[in-house]
Amino acid sequence: MSYLSDVLTLARKDLRLELRARDTLPAMLLFVVSILVVFHFALPAGADDDAARGLLWIALVFTALLGLARAWAPERESNALEGLVLAPIDRSAIWLGKAVAVFVFLAAVEVVALLAFAAFFAPVDGATILGVLLADIGICAVGTLLAAMAAASRTRELILPLLFLPLAIPLVVGGVGASIAPDPGGYLGFLALYDALFSILCWASFEYVVTE
Amino acid sequence: MSSGEKYTAAAYGIVFLTILVYVVIIAAKLSRLERETAELAELARSRRTDV
Amino acid sequence: MSTSSPSNRVPFIAAAAAALVGLAIVFAFFVAPEDADQGISQRIFYFHVPIALTAYACFGWGALKALLLLWKKEERYDLESYVAIHQGTIFGAMTLLTGSIWAKASWGHWWVWDSKQLVLFLVLFLFYSAYFMLRFSIEEGPRRANISAVYALFGVVLIPVSFLAIRLAEDFIHPTTFTRDGPQMTGTMFLTFCIAWVAITTLAYALYRVELVGKRLDENLRELREALTA
Repeated sequence: MSYLSDVLTLARKDLRLELRARDTLPAMLLFVVSILVVFHFALPAGADDDAARGLLWIALVFTALLGLARAWAPERESNALEGLVLAPIDRSAIWLGKAVAVFVFLAAVEVVALLAFAAFFAPVDGATILGVLLADIGICAVGTLLAAMAAASRTRELILPLLFLPLAIPLVVGGVGASIAPDPGGYLGFLALYDALFSILCWASFEYVVTE
Repeated sequence: MSSGEKYTAAAYGIVFLTILVYVVIIAAKLSRLERETAELAELARSRRTDV
Repeated sequence: MSTSSPSNRVPFIAAAAAALVGLAIVFAFFVAPEDADQGISQRIFYFHVPIALTAYACFGWGALKALLLLWKKEERYDLESYVAIHQGTIFGAMTLLTGSIWAKASWGHWWVWDSKQLVLFLVLFLFYSAYFMLRFSIEEGPRRANISAVYALFGVVLIPVSFLAIRLAEDFIHPTTFTRDGPQMTGTMFLTFCIAWVAITTLAYALYRVELVGKRLDENLRELREALTA
């Protein structure tokens, strides 16, 4: 299984870099807590828990965006992507490694985010946690690829939200549905479908984004 | 005219307007192409006299 | 450019489009009977729906050309894919505008979130607007062609996924209060719709070919200039 070990090596490299530099993770944590506090003041007094759950998903999407904007920063700053592309590994492994690393960051931040949400607003149930996990897969798969596209453009950080938000709408629908519907099964299934479709597409097409 | 008629006219008018805008864009493009080909023709002519 | 395809059929296609659109207007206003429920504003349907269908066709066509680009690596597919998506975005904008007018005429509001098709077009419009932002912020070359193509392919996957998402969202955002049933079309109405559909599709194809002729002309001119000034 050399493919899998390539992926894990690349993901581990990113995690180790982050542990050493501590650039992204603290920023994401601070951001998600700040935004939840902002939401407290944005919600009128009579708003119910469902409104807060909707806002939770906005917080998660924007926190993910913050992390994704930095996803390829290490490669870009050291011009390492060209080297990686030339390395004797499957190019899709580069994407998968990065997506796994982003997933770990995002999941770590979301543990804090959900605890803070439960303390500030409303209890979090199992369906929400499952929804968050499923949505994370889609966010990381699609977001990592789009971030690689954005990294090739002149406007980098500016363009990533524009590319990402239309593609994130189905994830928000699935996620909010899973959090507030009495029967979340359909929404969770939809999230899984999204993950499967877009993961395959990203896996197959990443090669073209980084090569000529 | 009833309001229904007005809205129907507006909807078809917008389609018409879009196509008119397209004509304007094509006209601008044509005049630019004319200018460019004229420049190139001039260039070609001066070259011929040079030789 | 050595791969330019013959353009001598373009005037013929454009003439056919003009004739068909004329015929469609005659049918929409003078032949098709007035809808009993909605009155005259139902006639917006004859152009609104074919424009929407054509926009989907353009996005699909653009994605097909994108797939061909990634597969065969021929430069011309990049231009064709771009022009098709450009066309699709213009038709998408027209769908939004005519749909918005229809919403105002039938329901009294300029925007109704209940209309699934309109919401879907809004999402697609945003998505494909970002396509242009992306394309024009990357240096011209094979890298840009590849990235544009991959993004175009995302679009055709996003269309059904978004449609499903919007249907799911209706359940919790608000229950549908009024449905727009597939209008109970009589034979003549359906014929009018079909004529309009063919007309708009031909129009889109004619515009697509005209755009391509213009873009290729630009490229040829650039080459000519380089050859002359060298």
